[in-house]
Amino acid sequence: MNNLELAKTANEVRKGIVTSVHSAKAGHPGGSLSAADIFTFLYFEEMNIDPENPKMEGRDRFVLSKGHVAPGLYSTLAQRGYFPVEDLKTLRHLGSYLQGHPDMKHIPGVDMSSGSLGQGVSAAVGMALSAKMDGKDYRTYALCGDGEIQEGQIWEAAMFAGHRKLDNLVVIVDNNGLQIDGKIDDVCSPYPIDKKFEAFNFHVINVDAHDFDALRAAFKEARATKGMPTAIVAHSTKGKGVSFMENQASWHGTAPNDEQYAVAMEDLEKIAKELGGAN
Amino acid sequence: MAGESVKKIATRESYGNALAEFGEQYPNLVVLDADLAAATKTGIFKKAFPDRHIDCGIAECNMVGIAAGLATTGKIPFVSSFAMFAAGRAFEQVRNSVGYPHLNVKIGATHAGITVGEDGASHQCNEDIALMRTIPGMVVMCPSDDIEAKAAVKAAIDYVGPVYIRFGRAAVPVINDTPDYKFEIGKGVVKKEGTDVTLVANGICVYQAMDAAEMLAKDGISAKVVNIHTVKPLDEDLIVASAKETGKVVTIEEHSVIGGLGSAVCDCLSAKYPTPVCKIGMQDVFGESGPAAELVHKYGLDAEGIYKQVKEFLA
Repeated sequence: MNNLELAKTANEVRKGIVTSVHSAKAGHPGGSLSAADIFTFLYFEEMNIDPENPKMEGRDRFVLSKGHVAPGLYSTLAQRGYFPVEDLKTLRHLGSYLQGHPDMKHIPGVDMSSGSLGQGVSAAVGMALSAKMDGKDYRTYALCGDGEIQEGQIWEAAMFAGHRKLDNLVVIVDNNGLQIDGKIDDVCSPYPIDKKFEAFNFHVINVDAHDFDALRAAFKEARATKGMPTAIVAHSTKGKGVSFMENQASWHGTAPNDEQYAVAMEDLEKIAKELGGAN
Repeated sequence: MAGESVKKIATRESYGNALAEFGEQYPNLVVLDADLAAATKTGIFKKAFPDRHIDCGIAECNMVGIAAGLATTGKIPFVSSFAMFAAGRAFEQVRNSVGYPHLNVKIGATHAGITVGEDGASHQCNEDIALMRTIPGMVVMCPSDDIEAKAAVKAAIDYVGPVYIRFGRAAVPVINDTPDYKFEIGKGVVKKEGTDVTLVANGICVYQAMDAAEMLAKDGISAKVVNIHTVKPLDEDLIVASAKETGKVVTIEEHSVIGGLGSAVCDCLSAKYPTPVCKIGMQDVFGESGPAAELVHKYGLDAEGIYKQVKEFLA
């Protein structure tokens, strides 16, 4: 996809995020919206996957370590054709397969169950390690929150990945700067994030999370990096695309009411129009 | 039966031996450890299959997560550490990264219970069975000797899904070296028939219960001895049938009486055949440093202690 197509797709992903969270009356729009461009790039450009065959043996793996942004992942999977976009409206409803946090047993395209913060990178490390042990060439991607990396297990996993030189692993940190209780550097600063990963023997790339050229270059650089895993610190805007949600910690885990939903969809329709309509 | 001629081996040793023995037959078998390979005995596997032994360093939570990731790709990972760290520290990783997605991860937890000995209470895990059996879909086993420990490892490999197996540090007599010995997950073993009371035990307490039954026999008390090597799924049929036969049940475990074998048996009997039960085990206390045998004696888990407590219960 070219950048315009990616931008249009990401905008559709954002509509799905807002729609599903509104329908659920609960969920996490802020971090889903900040990661929407990353999700889109991964699933439409970067990863070797097949929506017709979600368990394809040689597929690239993705672990959503910050599992609460399931709406972002689900909306991307739906756009990519893993399941109907209409199903997004069943998010978090009793009986729906779209659980509040990713459930690999029931959701096509989900490679690992997650939700309890700090655990996903370890699972991704296991997947990457398995590929190394068996000489397979699939790649593994994990997406973390910048608040999430306050969890110690992230750094246990980073130490292991660096030690084992897992160059088939990419850890992406969605650095939107906000967590539930406020700014990450007010709550308990994880900065400097890049220096920390460097210290754990990662190749580190800082990137604008909403610039597809930059994302393209970063993932290409990660692929070309040998002998060490890559961490991409993606500088993003929490709530990106929805005017009243942008840079507001309060929209971390709150669903829009009907009026707010209407405004959010207007914002996204406007962006769609600016981009020249759907793909 | 505790004669000097009886062969003794620690079940952790059996664990390491079994992993090495089955490594050839199961190329997907991989073993993870957290800097304790010499103690958990996975070092035996490491020697035979160095490329399939993954030392994660002292980071048990990450180790469990790595195992989960490996399992998603078709590996059969055995995660090894002391019970305190495998079931205790990494509980939530086992629950969320292994149990919830029902991944094919096996947890080989050694150094369970007070027979850890001199290291003391910080390392004597008497809570692991309680923790593990609350996780939906988790198989929980506590083998009684070398032969059963190896059989449990084999059964765990062949079973698809999460399994917790508890092994001990101290050497225990081999009691299952009979030609007709068969191991099946969830199937208890009647070690001795009896009519007055049923002694339900597992792990190191099985041979002690056998010895206690001999002592009770001298007093004219006929004790049935049942080895429940699998706490979950529990062999409810055998437990109910035994309760019906003997009318009284004593559970014996090297574990807290809260949440372990005793609780599992009570859960079963209270629902299916209410029966008086006496729970022998760690009575809501921490252990302490000391030689394993002396601790087992102090906390009433040896034959003498079991004998006394059964007598009191029946009086």
